[in-house]
Amino acid sequence: MSNDIRIKKGLNIKLKGEAECLLSEAPRSKVFSIKPSNFHDVTPKMVVREGDTVKAGETIFFSKYSSSVKFVSPVSGKVKEVRRGAKRVILDVLIEADATDTFVEHGVKSLAAMSSDEVKQSLLDSGCWPFIKQRPYDVIANPADAPKAIFISGYDTAPLAADVTFALKDKKDAFQEGVNALTKLTTGKVHLSIDKTSSSYFKEITGVELHGVSGPHPAGNVGVQIHHIDPINAGERVWVVSPQDVAIIGTLFLTGKFDASRVIALAGSCISEPKYYQTKIGASVSDIIGSVSEDCRIISGDVLTGDKVTADGFLGFYDNEITVIPEGNNYRFLGWMPFKDNSVHSYAKTSFAWLSGKKFDANTNINGEERALVVTGEMEKVMPMDVYPMQLLKACMILDLEKMESLGIYEVVPEDFALVDYVCTSKIEAQEIIRQGLDVMIKEVG
Amino acid sequence: MSLRDKIDNFKKPFAKGEKYEKWAPAVNALDTFLFVPNHTTKKGAHIRDGVDLKRTMITVVIALIPALIYGMYNTGYQHNVQTGEAVDFMSCFMFGLWKVLPMIVVSYAVGLGIEFAFAIYRGHEVNEGYLVSGLLIPMIMPVDIPLWMVAVSVVFAVVIGKEAFGGTGMNILNPALTARAFAFFAYPTFMSGNKVWVADASTTDAISGATILGQLAEGKGDKVTDVLNMVHDKYDAWSMFSGAIPGSIGETSTLWILVGAAILILTGVASWRIMVGGVIGATIMGLIFNVFHVNALMTLAWYEHLMIGGFAFGLVFMATDPVSAAQTTKGKWIYGVLVGMFCIMIRIFNPAYPEGVMMAILLLNVFAPTIDHYVVEASVNRRKRRLAVKQLKTT
Repeated sequence: MSNDIRIKKGLNIKLKGEAECLLSEAPRSKVFSIKPSNFHDVTPKMVVREGDTVKAGETIFFSKYSSSVKFVSPVSGKVKEVRRGAKRVILDVLIEADATDTFVEHGVKSLAAMSSDEVKQSLLDSGCWPFIKQRPYDVIANPADAPKAIFISGYDTAPLAADVTFALKDKKDAFQEGVNALTKLTTGKVHLSIDKTSSSYFKEITGVELHGVSGPHPAGNVGVQIHHIDPINAGERVWVVSPQDVAIIGTLFLTGKFDASRVIALAGSCISEPKYYQTKIGASVSDIIGSVSEDCRIISGDVLTGDKVTADGFLGFYDNEITVIPEGNNYRFLGWMPFKDNSVHSYAKTSFAWLSGKKFDANTNINGEERALVVTGEMEKVMPMDVYPMQLLKACMILDLEKMESLGIYEVVPEDFALVDYVCTSKIEAQEIIRQGLDVMIKEVG
Repeated sequence: MSLRDKIDNFKKPFAKGEKYEKWAPAVNALDTFLFVPNHTTKKGAHIRDGVDLKRTMITVVIALIPALIYGMYNTGYQHNVQTGEAVDFMSCFMFGLWKVLPMIVVSYAVGLGIEFAFAIYRGHEVNEGYLVSGLLIPMIMPVDIPLWMVAVSVVFAVVIGKEAFGGTGMNILNPALTARAFAFFAYPTFMSGNKVWVADASTTDAISGATILGQLAEGKGDKVTDVLNMVHDKYDAWSMFSGAIPGSIGETSTLWILVGAAILILTGVASWRIMVGGVIGATIMGLIFNVFHVNALMTLAWYEHLMIGGFAFGLVFMATDPVSAAQTTKGKWIYGVLVGMFCIMIRIFNPAYPEGVMMAILLLNVFAPTIDHYVVEASVNRRKRRLAVKQLKTT
């Protein structure tokens, strides 16, 4: 393929507990949750109240500042509780599920006959819109925008990531229909990037420009792919959708239902039998993982970008993976000595860990403390873009908007700096700094 | 009670909200040297690399050890060979050890004292950068410099050179070289000339304390040729390379510095680009002078330039300081080459500075941000051009 992307810089962190390609049905959770904090920069406006009964696909809340964007219930049941935190911020909405789902019927629609606006309206009405995210800024797309292109990354290279092709193996028709819907939303192209070596049906999907991707993580990050295919300039918008969500969108048009089902990978060294589970958005994690030791951290998402959840927590809206790894709240005597503690994974060559071919049992210890930025050149090794990571981070720290713009803030999102978090000798919270920088840009530039 | 419990007990009064809270950085610094703390990730990536600044800095200290041990031996050797005393390794080494160890102790005590004080004052943790600077400073001083001068130089380097700019990671100049430059200009009689580079040379007439470059700089006009011949009679290429020549304590042995360089490059701690760039720059400059030898000093062979003086030490351990060097990949090449070229140029053209490497590195430290600026600007311009092309298409 002429459209191939070969990534050279980056890092595959080899971890224990990769999910085996076996699919099980997870027991249906009694309670599901929709968490506004999964949707960055959205202020929820509640539609339902505690005690209301809802159907699967019925609106729970909408975005206060973009009222056409609705967030719907993944299952049918009763609104059990609206949990609030400080200043009455809504933490999450709990829905007690019925034994079987009754759906809001949107009716089967034929995409071929629909206009762009009609497709948009269907997505907004059905609650599928939040699946469409916008770059720059990594927020939910604004329905009024016309994106220059839409990108789908069919390849996840993150450590212990779910295999997209396995998760979607039975959903070819839904995926194709989802792609058809997305092509209606842009005058530009829809780009689909896949693992170059994969033999899945992704190659047969029509209506997309196909890109074969190879190389270490973050090759699978859609932001990296955008940078190499059609980089974002100031003022431009592109939209991205993750592949499982494309299939949910496709299912909407094929069946008229908001089908919140997901195949998720359960991975990590704390899990005795890591494999795939059929479940739904917002499901309770304890129903999937059973009980794990208290010394383990449960992450909704992957180890680099996921969110920590408690044992009674729930699967995030966008996540297709639960990772459970040991907490690292232990001391290591003289652990800073070079070439001591080689069992601790390290990309730096001041430990023999990089020579080891085996997989690591990584824990959540920071392995040091935050320090001033001293070492140079290490961030660049995991940043396969024409972006100077350290300079951009420093621009974000001092909120120099002009510098942030010229150094490429529009082309990056926090997940592109996840490996910078990982490799940084000075333990800088790069993802957080980039997120804060982006938030300021949203406010000041929009 | 395990050691860990004892430390936890000891640390109780230093916890947040307790009586000695503000002294916590000092106690934490000592604690984290014994144990990597049990802190877990709170945000961002859930797993982190095993490397930290301590590990990185200690690797540099390890890389310095071979040159330091040889430096101690050479201190004794240069002294004993002129006084006719025993020149076996142990007696030379012990002589040097007693000369050099007090300087190291003073450097660390004063420097770390200031670092701790600033950490407590500013309420941040103690940065590990001084572990390297504190060992570098004695290694680039002449052996007979009084200890109080070492102390004053350290104070200047840490307070004015580093903390005034905001502390570790913010300094413009390499702190160790700042200390040396301070001593060089404040106490020139102890830092230059022909009387200081061998132990007791200033007090004993029988001992000559001149370095090769010092002798060459002293010779004027045609006399340089005589000096060159004399130097070549006295020191063959092997002594220049192995380091059996007078000079600052740690910098004479190119051989053992190369061992340190290998450690730094294999562990990825220091930039090989700067080192290779520096050798290329110095070689080019040396060859140019060799080809157009307008005066006798220029006939000193280019490869001898690489072995004598502080060139190797400066390039391997000081020019590669990540904070004061260029930070971009391309910038590191440019910076390295320029350090090498300026070093040789200063040696040849400026009789006031027989050794050019200190000045060359400090000069390029000042220019490193400018070099980086233009390298980064190239990326910025690519982005702007992309936008301009796009706008041209749409209008």
